[in-house]
Amino acid sequence: MSEAPWLIPLSPLIAFAINGILGPRYLRRATGVIGSLGILTSFLLTIGLWLDLPKEDSKREYILYRWLESGSLKIDIGFTLDELTVVMLLVVTGVSFLIHVYSNAYMEHDNSFARFFTWLPLFVFSMIMLVMANNFLSLFVFWEMVGVCSYFLIGFWHDRDSANNAAMKAFITNRVGDFGFAAGIFLIFWNFGTVNYSEVHASIGTITSGVATTIALLLFVGAMGKSAQFPLHIWLPDAMEGPTPVSALIHAATMVTAGIFMVARNIPIFEAAGISLIIIGGIGAFTALFAATIAVTQTDIKRVLAYSTVSQLGLMFLALGSGAYVAAIFHLATHAFFKALLFLGSGSVIHSMQNEQNMHEYGGLKSKLPWTYATYVIGGLALSAIFPLAGFWSKDEILAGAFFKGASSNGDVLFLLFWIMGLTASLLTAFYTFRMIHLTFHGMPRNRSLYDHAHESPWLMVLPLVLLAALSVAAGIGLGFPPEHGVIHDYLQHVVHSKHFELTGDSTIIISLAIISTAIALIGMMAASAIYQRGRPSPEAMGRLFPVLYTLSYKKYYVDEMVDILIIKSSKAAGFVLWAVDAKLVDGMVNLLGWTVKAFSSIGRRIQTGQVQNYVLIMATGLVVSLGIIMVMQ
Amino acid sequence: MADYLNSYLFIGAILFTLGAFGVIVRRNIIVVLLSVELMLQGVNLSLGAFSTFYHDMGGYMLVLLSLAIAAAEAVVGLAILVALSRHVDEFYVDRLKSLRW
Repeated sequence: MSEAPWLIPLSPLIAFAINGILGPRYLRRATGVIGSLGILTSFLLTIGLWLDLPKEDSKREYILYRWLESGSLKIDIGFTLDELTVVMLLVVTGVSFLIHVYSNAYMEHDNSFARFFTWLPLFVFSMIMLVMANNFLSLFVFWEMVGVCSYFLIGFWHDRDSANNAAMKAFITNRVGDFGFAAGIFLIFWNFGTVNYSEVHASIGTITSGVATTIALLLFVGAMGKSAQFPLHIWLPDAMEGPTPVSALIHAATMVTAGIFMVARNIPIFEAAGISLIIIGGIGAFTALFAATIAVTQTDIKRVLAYSTVSQLGLMFLALGSGAYVAAIFHLATHAFFKALLFLGSGSVIHSMQNEQNMHEYGGLKSKLPWTYATYVIGGLALSAIFPLAGFWSKDEILAGAFFKGASSNGDVLFLLFWIMGLTASLLTAFYTFRMIHLTFHGMPRNRSLYDHAHESPWLMVLPLVLLAALSVAAGIGLGFPPEHGVIHDYLQHVVHSKHFELTGDSTIIISLAIISTAIALIGMMAASAIYQRGRPSPEAMGRLFPVLYTLSYKKYYVDEMVDILIIKSSKAAGFVLWAVDAKLVDGMVNLLGWTVKAFSSIGRRIQTGQVQNYVLIMATGLVVSLGIIMVMQ
Repeated sequence: MADYLNSYLFIGAILFTLGAFGVIVRRNIIVVLLSVELMLQGVNLSLGAFSTFYHDMGGYMLVLLSLAIAAAEAVVGLAILVALSRHVDEFYVDRLKSLRW
């Protein structure tokens, strides 16, 4: 497989082409099968790559062809074949395949079925190319392409205004991040003369730490846009306008993880700029806590999951900032499993409740949707990081990493604060997760007519749920035990090795931290159960208890409103001012010019009387004057 | 003979000035044409005086030319007058101002 790695992205691309060209007219239902098979092929080829991964450095980069060459700038379409690529590809293709299978049933009644299976494989293609890229420019091209596919898929139901607006919001917010990203890439080229990963990493010592910090922070701005960190998180909750499989794939498992992948891929750059890691960790911790506080009050089931994703991404960035790079990738993988599971499960619920997404219309669904319920609870336990499910191992490693950096003498004490923020976020995560589960599946059904019509989803939807649930249970222990020395750590150690602080690896600390975080999660779970298990406190009732906090949380801290005032309205106002200058001032001056000419000419033209005798007089006078001057000169 | 030359030139100048005055001031078109002729005659007189005084036939040659031209120009002017008479009632120069601004 290392001989022809280009086959891996090729099969989804072919699926896209076939579905795009022939799909709507001729293939309809078959597009779903074609798409799924394309992704399955990629997955199997990735396993082939995994088994055949080259060890010598020279073989670990595969150049497909030289794209452009201009002076000293040489850019290829190339692939990096190393362990990090393999891990990411396994996650991406594996989860994508399950979601394709699921979508065959979920989108069954949709008129644009073929269009869905055109964009979805295109997205997987772009994501694969992004992950396999070997230089920054390639990365950037496919970074943008996944954004484009996200735009198409969020706005899939384009007859809805809200979907179109959400798609535009996602793309524009991404673009803001990409502006920083592009600036970082320019700086990289300016300083290194190349954009190739291996060459940049090798010569990282040749630049000052100031330049390295600027580059690192600019690259991180790009990651903030793509991975929805504050304040560029605003697009992700609105992106829930897209179909649920889209939310599961793009906004939980793959596209949003591109930012984390990019940072992990370029660890030498970020380590050369020590302060950038502190900033990354800080923003990650803040976003984790911030989003978790919003998720607590949301009523739309998909929004809860969206803010949860933002929060978990924050935790992954916290891991990166703490030097626990393997933990970040580990959590990326486990999160992909259980978050996709939760999204697909919520899709199952939404599907059976005839597209109702407000949790306050749910209730008591566990008897109607047993498989969905069981897998959903597993996903929820994994998200809340309850031992021994997958989330426990990865999240705990993140928090431990933050603690190690905070408490060690060669670390940074600020990370103790981040550790506490992460713990609080975990508490809230457990709380809102089980609030969601109780409101949806327990208690009495609140909308009788919807409840009566609810039924379990077809097996094509349930099977991926079961598989993802199995992964959510097993992946944690399988990959991450024992902590710091599990399968995934050993596998990634060449490419991504976590930073070692003074206290890293101390097993007593690890165990005590694990106990603390499990206790915190259990407290959150029990609080949610105590409040929500039986009945349903209405949002208004809960809101009356803590009015200010509730409003702040429910209204998402008014971030969207502030963006509207600070950026949108001020841009419009500036535009209006500029219009006024152009239309009134500039045009006015041109008009003034014309008026002046007219004024002068209206005076000057009076000499044209039309009477010949006047002309003769003037001529004669002129003649006399000239003769006089000549005679005087003599 | 020399001092007599000045007298001839003086008269020629008077003729010319009277003609110019007439062209500028008089309102009747026919009088204007007459005044133009008068200007030409004044010039002719001066030319003839010079020619006699300096015993050079060139002066009288030019007078011949000038007379011919004066005649031709008078013809053209009167032809235009005749054409004009079809469009206006009275021949007052200051009424002909359609080429005004």
